Amino acid sequence: MASVAPAISGPHQYLQAQTRWSRVEIAFWLATLLPFVVAPNYLVLASQVAITALFALSLDLILGYAGIVSLGHAAFFGFGAYTAGIISKYGWGEPLSGLLISGIAAGLLGYLMSFVIARFRHLALIMITLGFGFLLLEAANSASWLTGGADGLQGVRMWPLLGIFKFDLWGVTSYWYSLIVLFLLFLVSRRLIHSPFGLSLRGIRENIVRMRAIGAESRAHLQKVYTISAAMAGIAGAVLTQTTETVSLGVLDFQRSADLLVMLILGGAGRLYGGIVGAILYMVARDQFSGINPQYWYFPIGVLLIAVVLFLPNGILGGLAKITASERLQKWMRTLPPWLRGAS
Amino acid sequence: MIVSMFGVLFDGLAYGMLLFLLSVGLSVTLGMMNFVNLAHCTFGMIGGYVTVTLMNSMGWPFLATLPAAFLVAAAASVVFERTMFRRLYRSTDLDQCLLTIGLVFVSVASAAWLYGTIQQPVNLPSYLRGSYNVMGVTIGVYRLFLIGMSIVITVALVGALEYTRFGAQVRAAVDNQRMARGLGINVDGAFAVTFALGSGLAGLGGALAIDIVGLDPSFALAYLVYVLIVVSVGGLGSIAGSLVAAIVLGISDMAGKYYFPEIGSFLIYLVMLSLLMWRPVGLFGKR
Amino acid sequence: MRRTFVGAAVAVLLAATSANAQQTIKIGVVMSFSGQFADPGAQIDGGIKLYMKQHGDMVAGKKIEIIRKDSGGIAPDVAKRLSQEVIVREGATILAGYDLTPNALAAADVSAQAKTFMVNMNAATSVITTKSPYMARTSFTVWAVNESLGAWAYKSGVRKVYTLVSDFGPGWDGEAAFTKGFKDAGGEIIGSARYPVANLDFTAFIQRAKDANPDGIYIWVPGGPQPAAIGKAIAERGIDKSKVKVMGQGELTYEDALKSMGDAGLGLITAFHYDYNHQSAMNKAFVAAYNAEFKRNPDMFSAGGYDGMHLIYESLKKTNGSTDGDALIAAAKGMKWESPRGPMMIDPETRDVVQTVYIRRVEKVNGALVNVEFDKVENVKDPWKARQPK
Repeated sequence: MASVAPAISGPHQYLQAQTRWSRVEIAFWLATLLPFVVAPNYLVLASQVAITALFALSLDLILGYAGIVSLGHAAFFGFGAYTAGIISKYGWGEPLSGLLISGIAAGLLGYLMSFVIARFRHLALIMITLGFGFLLLEAANSASWLTGGADGLQGVRMWPLLGIFKFDLWGVTSYWYSLIVLFLLFLVSRRLIHSPFGLSLRGIRENIVRMRAIGAESRAHLQKVYTISAAMAGIAGAVLTQTTETVSLGVLDFQRSADLLVMLILGGAGRLYGGIVGAILYMVARDQFSGINPQYWYFPIGVLLIAVVLFLPNGILGGLAKITASERLQKWMRTLPPWLRGAS
Repeated sequence: MIVSMFGVLFDGLAYGMLLFLLSVGLSVTLGMMNFVNLAHCTFGMIGGYVTVTLMNSMGWPFLATLPAAFLVAAAASVVFERTMFRRLYRSTDLDQCLLTIGLVFVSVASAAWLYGTIQQPVNLPSYLRGSYNVMGVTIGVYRLFLIGMSIVITVALVGALEYTRFGAQVRAAVDNQRMARGLGINVDGAFAVTFALGSGLAGLGGALAIDIVGLDPSFALAYLVYVLIVVSVGGLGSIAGSLVAAIVLGISDMAGKYYFPEIGSFLIYLVMLSLLMWRPVGLFGKR
Repeated sequence: MRRTFVGAAVAVLLAATSANAQQTIKIGVVMSFSGQFADPGAQIDGGIKLYMKQHGDMVAGKKIEIIRKDSGGIAPDVAKRLSQEVIVREGATILAGYDLTPNALAAADVSAQAKTFMVNMNAATSVITTKSPYMARTSFTVWAVNESLGAWAYKSGVRKVYTLVSDFGPGWDGEAAFTKGFKDAGGEIIGSARYPVANLDFTAFIQRAKDANPDGIYIWVPGGPQPAAIGKAIAERGIDKSKVKVMGQGELTYEDALKSMGDAGLGLITAFHYDYNHQSAMNKAFVAAYNAEFKRNPDMFSAGGYDGMHLIYESLKKTNGSTDGDALIAAAKGMKWESPRGPMMIDPETRDVVQTVYIRRVEKVNGALVNVEFDKVENVKDPWKARQPK
């Protein structure tokens, strides 16, 4: 690493060096356009992968960067999903404003929750997030006059995007829409974690006591990032509602929170692309395995998870980073032409 | 009124005891090695299937299958511990989560493949069925049996932990693993035995639970949440904590359903949240 | 750019389907093959497989191919996506399966948009069939079964009923339907409770019902481990079923539940449209064939899958192999046949099922607990839809 990176003299230079786009990153985002050309029949799946990736990114902000493990993040996803659905049901089907409103609504809920969240650590924190998730699920089930209860919300109809693009059966509009939302919020997250605020979050994750000792306001920071993450999860939920025109209790399910955690760990928590890679891998693997055998696909997925832990600890990206950082590989890399090496 | 209250207390106690058996092992192993074993309920499921297989295919009597459920679940856990868990003691919590949830997925799929997705029937012997009527309170025989079993197990466990050399080693390891190692205690060995014991108890709990809550391949996931609630409310590494937490949750669940059925589904989570906010480390937890 | 792309996609798709239409008809079966609802999925699939084994995979000169997709539980977003994909990606021209209401509702959109014939083989909420003009149902509706049961309860002498239902949509429907049938006949509901969906220990609820002192208890329970738990709790609480009639929809006494309950199940009364113990030559043959194939008895899920395949086969014969949605649904409307469950028909108006609701009591026959039919209500249409403003 050190041999490639330029000399760093101060914190500003450090932050700037971090924000530079590497070739791998650019290639990655270009590759997200491939489904339009290579696999036009997979666009509906691709759109839901993008939504899940956004959801995973929101969890990564709090888990990977601030150390808040949550088993109830579907609460915000579902809150955003229901908000988007309910607005549309009562006559406002414009997608972009619906997205904004849902994001704000989920963010507000997150802000309220953050007062509780910031007080706890460890197992108590996990269980409190889980408990709130279940409470919200039960509340949505009881409030069937508003949410449609177990049958799901009926009558969600979206207007065409920007008044032009209808959400079609092939998922063309859906994928464009989900992908652009994902990319924009990814930019926001990228900016966020490479800012001084992002650095202090990592400080909190590593050692909260010491951060307090140097005068960093850990609680306010945690509340802020939790609110942002909740809003992002809410937007992800809203995109799901808008592109599928359905909402049901499934969006608030514990299973969704747990699956999300699995995807993030699989990809590598605490890495910007961890959630995205995890979501892609998990959902594509699930699609393929369950296509081969709809009954027992849990088996190969389970084996995949075990294999990743045993051979690539800290998730796929964590494991790969360790491999690429190894001396032998570095030596070999140096023999490659510069354009293949990537910038970082 | 008084009569119904006793009835609710009794039923809640029985339900709590079931939760206790399922979760006590996880509490101790989590407290001891900080190993996050989300596959704990898989051992409960193994125990359940052992009992069902022995009863329905080999005609064993119900009571005789219980020790088998304990032993098989314990043996299976040793295999997992030796081949996989052991490598991850020093890994992050997240990696441990991922590994054990992967195991749960594999076990769920395997159970579905081996036994089908059907609910497994278990027919209790006649002396465990039915109920007594004591001064207006209905006492289910099987529930009485559950409570009795759990009391025996708890006494045995507490006795073993408090009054044996092995128990002292385990307690030392829970309190301060590094110091215990420094004093020459074989923490890994003690942990392996504790782990097997805890998983065996889960297996026993799984076998005992079939009659009350049923058994199918989703058992390993469905009970995970309840077990985690008991462990967190009770406090890591504390047998007494798990016991009290399980009883409190069992009774409040039962009382909620009887007295306030409208909010029955909220109650167990409300109780958990308020207890955790009051004592974040759990009722009997130390850290 | 975008329009031309969609245009091209449509052209490719149509070309692909018309090429395929020459030889193969693909049916996309979307339901839960894994997770909590895996067993109903397996049984529906059993019905499908058995039908195809008995009747071959050639209809009107075309080969039938099933494409199975796992929605993994309550997930309308996934069910809708899989239904889309199975049409767009794999070229299916008929949709079938659908075990859960939210999933069926979401997939109905796809069926309506793509004008695809859809056979709902299980999901039992009344409103579902109104969501796509191309959908028919071969299972039952909660309203039809439970309203019949309510009316029957009063006729049989029950006057004061306590209701206990699962706290989610179908449970509320069951409660409302039974209450409607029972009250319209003149009965009185003296108390009601709803238990949490994930509830597993029912002693507290049963005790509460018993304390209200009714002469009938109505229970609505979905499948899974709950029926057995309820049956055991009723016996354990010492409720005398000769004095207090305990009634419910068929899931309460389905086969696995009775096996787990043992004698505790004796005397439970349920209303349903199918049971493997239904006495008819056709059903005997069906049960025997099912056992030979899958080593277990069929249940109402299997019947839904079996009759769903029958509906698809017969409709295809009528259209001479055309998979056009309009032609298929026209062929399905008003179709009548003799099923293992007895006579059944697809209502030409609502495309919903019309069939007999049987009233059964759990008895011991040759040492095994079975549901014995002792009364029936014939030609039951879904009453909920009949009451909706047209």
